[in-house]
Amino acid sequence: MQRVRTAPPRYWLVAVVVIFFLGFPTVISSFLASEWAQALILAIAIMGLNILVGYSGQLSLGHGAFMAMGAYISAILAHQYKIDYLLTIPVAAVATGVVGFLFGFPALRLSPLYLALATFALAVVSPSIIKRPHELTGGVQGILIAQPDPPPVVGDLFTTVTGTAMTSDQWIYYIALACALLLFWLAWNLARHRPGRAMRAIRDGEVAAAASGVNVAGYKTLAFGISAFYAGTAGSLFALSTGFISPDTFPVSLSIQLLVGAVIGGLASIPGPLLGAIFAYFLPIGSNQWVPSQTWLPEQVTSTVKNAGPAVSYGVILILIMIFAPNGIVGLIRTGYANLNRRLRGAGDRETGQMPPDPQTV
Amino acid sequence: MGRKARGLAAAAAFLIISAACGGSTATTTQTDVGVTSNSILLGTTIALSGPAAAYGTIANAENAYFTYVNNTQGGVNGRKINFKILDDGYNPAQTVPLTKQLVEQDQVFLMFSGLGTQAQTSVRDYLNTKKVPQLFVATGATTWGKDFGSFKWTMSWQPPYQGEARIYAKDVLQNHSNAKIGVLYQNDDYGQDYLKGLTDGLGDKASMIVAKESYDVTAADPFAQLTKLKAAGVDTLFLFSTPKPSIQSLAFVTKVNWTPTIYLNSVSSPQVYLLAAKKAGAALQNVTSVSYQKDPTDPQWDNDAGMKLYKQVIANCSTCNVQDGFNIYGVAVAYTMVDVLKQAGNNLTRANVMKIASSQLNETNPFLLPGVKVTTTSSDHFPIMQEQVITWAGTGWKLQGSIIDERGSIK
Repeated sequence: MQRVRTAPPRYWLVAVVVIFFLGFPTVISSFLASEWAQALILAIAIMGLNILVGYSGQLSLGHGAFMAMGAYISAILAHQYKIDYLLTIPVAAVATGVVGFLFGFPALRLSPLYLALATFALAVVSPSIIKRPHELTGGVQGILIAQPDPPPVVGDLFTTVTGTAMTSDQWIYYIALACALLLFWLAWNLARHRPGRAMRAIRDGEVAAAASGVNVAGYKTLAFGISAFYAGTAGSLFALSTGFISPDTFPVSLSIQLLVGAVIGGLASIPGPLLGAIFAYFLPIGSNQWVPSQTWLPEQVTSTVKNAGPAVSYGVILILIMIFAPNGIVGLIRTGYANLNRRLRGAGDRETGQMPPDPQTV
Repeated sequence: MGRKARGLAAAAAFLIISAACGGSTATTTQTDVGVTSNSILLGTTIALSGPAAAYGTIANAENAYFTYVNNTQGGVNGRKINFKILDDGYNPAQTVPLTKQLVEQDQVFLMFSGLGTQAQTSVRDYLNTKKVPQLFVATGATTWGKDFGSFKWTMSWQPPYQGEARIYAKDVLQNHSNAKIGVLYQNDDYGQDYLKGLTDGLGDKASMIVAKESYDVTAADPFAQLTKLKAAGVDTLFLFSTPKPSIQSLAFVTKVNWTPTIYLNSVSSPQVYLLAAKKAGAALQNVTSVSYQKDPTDPQWDNDAGMKLYKQVIANCSTCNVQDGFNIYGVAVAYTMVDVLKQAGNNLTRANVMKIASSQLNETNPFLLPGVKVTTTSSDHFPIMQEQVITWAGTGWKLQGSIIDERGSIK
């Protein structure tokens, strides 16, 4: 009990966020639940990218390809071999993780700029590669994935809470939420402990890290593997929530979307990917539908947004974030909270009439 | 400090939860969702941005026709048609959530003229499970009419690619019986559908195809494939390719002093693309295609009532180019949609609309070539199966011969 009472505020915030996400689908429509499921799935993929880019300092523009791989492994196992879809998720995650780990070896030899190009190439070629084994991947026809009905226990519980039957979209939301919670918890542990410290050391100074006895090559490839593991899980869940995958489902722009999400949320932070995913998912949808309907905006602006699609909103937000909040939303919140805290503390001190201690003189 | 932070957290939780509750919507399942006493709501997803953004004008043209009907006839039986257009950027992963949004949140009566084979395949299962009509999808894949038995809420409108390819086969057998055929096709269902139609249409003469080469959608150009076809001694070239590679091919053929007879598929045959090819240096000799709609650039329709109506309708759309073949397509398919809604009268249920569209159509569409009828019966769900051969005559297309009917050829 003592531990609970003295828990730092961020633990309480985590509890609030978890409870919020647990209860959210009971008050929103099934359609909105499916949208939030997609946002959560994006958050998992962005968390993977965050481990790679934010913590280990290696740039990847090709995470969409890892998502595609996870999605196709799951879809093929479920479709061709009739394995229960939920069981295929860990298989897809591990397989993608292994491939990512192997991809980490050539990546070791590339300087950041070339690594960005190599991973970008991966994203560009993956739709063409997917088409080749036609019998396996369904070629351009894609693969339809049956969306699972919720198991009776969960469905009944949901019905007693909300009074309506649980749809498969809502069930998929909870599957995605469970995966997201588990993977965020893992990432948090990773970041706090030895591997996280080692990765940050490598990011900040490779030579210094090596001199301190950090296994640079080992941790760099490990980061790639873990990152791909996350992307594979996200891809597998993504296929489940869309119910259909085809080569066009994983365009190059998906990889860009992931990177934008990671930067908007805030690199090298745990809540960053969640916030980044929510923005990266809802921003283009929202701005695409909202901006063109605004009559007060000049015609050029509305028609540009309409014709160029999500790219415009991403560009604008990315530039604004770079200028005003280089550490992303999380950085913005942290600074804001620190300022607020200082204000509040100042007010409290005024009540007692005590002067706050001046750090310069103490 | 701890207490204050806890207070903050509680405040944040309160804000988040109250925001969440505000976003809730009710769910309804009525037979006539989307229809009120004075309005009908239709929805579509189409590429307004991205690589296929050129198609986006179709939705605007369709909306122009609905506006025309609303303004001049007060809508359909007193109900004005509202049309909600969402941009899926030609990406099937976007089509799914946007379609769900239209069906579950905006509560559309039906989905009309969604574009893209992969995109529309991705939501076919969903819409059929929900029993929401997916009417007149804007793709010529054969599966829409052929698999109607398994997907009774989905239908196409335009002639299927296989039917078109069969017409080319007939034309080749009639006019170039010694042809050495070479095929350039896009390596996806669209290109393969065409190739199958051509092979089936040639029947036991299929050996006339001496070479076939495919390219990927993502390929920069099809020049290597064309060089191979030329080397194989091809004298009759089939281009089953989308506008960009088609324009490149037409220019390339002239550049390498090759003069085959060219069959250009209807997806790439709007006049704007041919003019672009001409600009790129294509000689455009012996180019053949097919059409089923009136060409807004053809002066022979200047005094045609249908064409006059088209020009009046398209004036409702400020961004639409009146000469663009995609726009007359949009207006024509919207005409059929309105026709179906009119026939449904006051029995405006999804099931009734689907029944009329799939089995009771018998329409003369003023925007289509004279003689082309839009028909469906209880056993035939391909609305348009007639096309006419056209040849390029310097600045525009010229109609050749008479209407060719392929009805019943695709089982």
